[in-house]
Amino acid sequence: MLRNRKDGKSTLETSDIKREFPFDLLSNQTKNLIDFEMDGYENILGQLRATFRSGKTKDLKYRKKQLEALLRLYEENREEIINALAADLRRPRQEAIVFEIDVMTNELLGLINNLDEYAAPIKPDKGVANMFDKVTILKEPFGVVLVIGAWNYPLQLLLVPVAGAIAAGNCVVLKPSEISVHCSRFIAETFPKYLDSDAYQVISGGIEETTSLLKHQFDYIFYTGSNRVGQIVHAAANKYLTPTTLELGGKSPCYIDDTVDLNRAAKRILWGKNSNVGQTCIAPDYIICTKEIEKKFIEESRNVIKEWYGDDVQQSPDYGRIATDGNFKRLVTFMNCGTIALGGKFDASDRFIEPTILTDVSHDDPVMREEIFGPILPIVNIHDIHDAIDFINARDKPLSLYIFTSNNKDRDLIIDSTSAGAVCVNDTVVHFVCNLPFGGVGASGMGAYHGKYNFDTFTHEKGCLEKSMDYVSEKLSDARYPPYTDNKASYLSFMMKKRKFWKIPFFSHILAFAFGAAAAYYLKKYYFN
Amino acid sequence: MTYEDLMSRAATAFQSGKTKDIDFRRKQLNALLRMYEENKDEMARVLAADLRRPKQESYILEIEFLINDIITTINSLDEWTKPMKPEKGIVNMMDDVLIYPDPLGVVLVMGAWNYPLQLPLVPFGAAIAAGNVAILKPSEISVNCANFIAENIPKYLDNECYHVVCGGVQETTELLKHKFDYIFYTGSGRVGKIVYEAAAKHLTPVTLELGGKSPCYIDNTVDISKATRRVLWGKFINAGQTCIAPDYILCTKEIQDKFVKEAKVVLKEWYGDDIKKSPDFCRIVNQVNFQRLTKLLSSGTIAVGGKTDADERFIEPTIIVDAKSTDAVMQEEIFGPILPIVNINNAFEAIKFITARDKPLALYIFSNNTNDRQTIIENTSSGGVCVNDTIMHLAVDTMPFGGVGPSGMGGYHGKYSFDTFSHKKSCLVKKIDTISEKLSNARYPPYSDKKINYLTFLTKKRKGFSIPYLPQLVLLGVGVAATIFVQRILPECEQ
Repeated sequence: MLRNRKDGKSTLETSDIKREFPFDLLSNQTKNLIDFEMDGYENILGQLRATFRSGKTKDLKYRKKQLEALLRLYEENREEIINALAADLRRPRQEAIVFEIDVMTNELLGLINNLDEYAAPIKPDKGVANMFDKVTILKEPFGVVLVIGAWNYPLQLLLVPVAGAIAAGNCVVLKPSEISVHCSRFIAETFPKYLDSDAYQVISGGIEETTSLLKHQFDYIFYTGSNRVGQIVHAAANKYLTPTTLELGGKSPCYIDDTVDLNRAAKRILWGKNSNVGQTCIAPDYIICTKEIEKKFIEESRNVIKEWYGDDVQQSPDYGRIATDGNFKRLVTFMNCGTIALGGKFDASDRFIEPTILTDVSHDDPVMREEIFGPILPIVNIHDIHDAIDFINARDKPLSLYIFTSNNKDRDLIIDSTSAGAVCVNDTVVHFVCNLPFGGVGASGMGAYHGKYNFDTFTHEKGCLEKSMDYVSEKLSDARYPPYTDNKASYLSFMMKKRKFWKIPFFSHILAFAFGAAAAYYLKKYYFN
Repeated sequence: MTYEDLMSRAATAFQSGKTKDIDFRRKQLNALLRMYEENKDEMARVLAADLRRPKQESYILEIEFLINDIITTINSLDEWTKPMKPEKGIVNMMDDVLIYPDPLGVVLVMGAWNYPLQLPLVPFGAAIAAGNVAILKPSEISVNCANFIAENIPKYLDNECYHVVCGGVQETTELLKHKFDYIFYTGSGRVGKIVYEAAAKHLTPVTLELGGKSPCYIDNTVDISKATRRVLWGKFINAGQTCIAPDYILCTKEIQDKFVKEAKVVLKEWYGDDIKKSPDFCRIVNQVNFQRLTKLLSSGTIAVGGKTDADERFIEPTIIVDAKSTDAVMQEEIFGPILPIVNINNAFEAIKFITARDKPLALYIFSNNTNDRQTIIENTSSGGVCVNDTIMHLAVDTMPFGGVGPSGMGGYHGKYSFDTFSHKKSCLVKKIDTISEKLSNARYPPYSDKKINYLTFLTKKRKGFSIPYLPQLVLLGVGVAATIFVQRILPECEQ
């Protein structure tokens, strides 16, 4: 059914949604690419494609309604969410609220409040050559998009991009991580109660189901997770030339020098490291500092850990557990690297590993060869800032880079000389929530989201030029037609030419001031005297 | 030099930090501009050698286009390389929030043969502006242009930072095994997939400028004479070997007849009676494409043209009427001077026809019925749209130019080119003094409901209000106030 024009004037006829076999809605070329055995997903995807074709999800009011329903889902299921996170990750209440509920809610509020602005066509600058034309950039949804979540922040990492995809007008397939079982079940059961199943579907399952799902064509794929699986997702996207955002990870370095208060630095680093027991893609992975700083840092950390968790961390209600046996075993082996300077206790029956700091690690110890993703913090020693920069640059580009210094020159030197998804100075993790594009570079990922970048990720910017066809514009442009002559060529060249010029800064401000002054002058002279 | 050596040299050049320096970049861009300005005749010559391209087409579609693009880049370099300062929420009031446009590293730009100078050199210039080390691989099919690039880039640009690699399928396959920090590819969908797959192995992000069948809808509300001219111009420049050439027409039988009648007049006006003798019409680039196109002539009814000459690789402007969706000419992107017309009854049927096929690179709509235009634009998807003309949307460099779905991913031109080759590195600089620590220490354990409420309150998104042009409005008010004030004082001074 094509949308009727509001004014009723249309040369088009409307028709009902044709419940054709949904397979037909794929282009002929795409049909030829599909080699899956009918696995049931083609019906779900066919339904979503039909819904998208009907134009339902493009309507702004509809999108707002769906987003508001999602907001109600968060508000009305607060305790269920906290319980599901506790069941999957033994997540303390404050962390569940601050790291998931508040993040999801605020991102959603941002989308709802700004939807009109985000969805509005852009009117870019026009050059002289397009003076009589209309130039617009339209914001078009891609179509049917797939969002694959991760298990470490099992709600937020799925539902924030899903909200962006909905806001941008797409139909969405949600694939929560099967590892976070309770959260996955919560989403599968609750999501359809609030949002339109014609346009948004939750598909649950493990590796087999995901592999099957990835054989189908999507118009965009958003994946959060490991580097290894990211490559598999990208390979699946190859077949259909599907664009992707991959939010991966890496080893996020944390540089500390002697110009910061080490107690505060230790607090901010340990908070970023031990929230969610280090299972955070932007947790400070390892520290890089001199031996002197290392000694002081460990002393401060000892005090901080005691202050936060008491003498027996395993008894504290404010400390989580490792999510899976596999990860637990992997992390325990890291304890054999270097020297345990702090912590080191673990309990397999509880998947508990206490906050641990390792020193004397060598650059190719296992703990320095892969992303840790746990509460183990190795310290690598360097002599000076140049060593630190070389160390960082010798490795894959990380998702985040942390710099603890009050020396602005050193800070800027590190920022200029290294590359990372993002940089946070004098704190950790908090750059996640401030209107900045969040994403990786190189091995840590491609694409970025949050705020307006979330909306833009799921949008195709369609440039649209409307040219006038009247007598004048035809006369102005008919020099382009053969037979070609030097005169025509010179004329066209002249019309198109960009010139090197100087821009007057604050031109519009100066103009406004001058206009105000002139208006006041003339009004006084001619009207008020 | 082996590719290992090349990649090693490129990596070393990038690590030296040379290309990050903005003055260095500006120098290189100015050198590139000089390369264009000092070699205009040579560029026209190599384009003529590869494609039998008439001088005017070479100038307007490539040489001037390149020069204008570089001038825009040089003019905007300072503005584009400045870190962005996005809006801050309350929670970041005391912090610095910035986005740095970082270069990506060593990037690969692969050109195409149909606009063999402009298509590789525009992204190449942008890669330079964005601070990368760049490797350019021109298409081997347009041999003379590839040689021109290979000979001249080293003469004008820094030899450590910018390299040209020539070669065919084998060399390209070898090159693609290496890890780049970005790959920009222009060409066919088939090779685009190969590039995407090779890039995926190293998780290299890409822009793919591909193609497809760009539909051209014409209804009876436009002046058919002007419409025909604009469609035929877009179709027959470069002998149809343009990624955004109007591939086929969708119109009613009546319009088809009028279009064909008008086309005959226009073609005669443009090329004379014997088009082969006209200096203003290109040739097909090679025998492979010539053979492919000649086969397409057997589908449907030829209403105009149809003559070919294998020796010259000449195919005259040809219009096929009553084309069916099953015809050979409707199965793949034509990329030649053959224009099929498919009959539909109305805009609704046109939309159905378009959406049954892969999303195209461009969609053309010739109509003065704004309702129909809007409905077609809203119910179809394409890389870009041009209403009442063809090709021209490519020249508006404040709009992103690129495809969607099978027609490509990513968009460039103007600032979009610079952004393509940049990584937006977010940067949050927090204070670590007593006050900021006091404000944020509620996040630490031991956790409590009080701490939770405080943090939720601090981070909550509120509906802000912003008055557009507030600074300008304030200054307008200041202008008014200043004048009134001065006028009050002046009379006193005069006395």
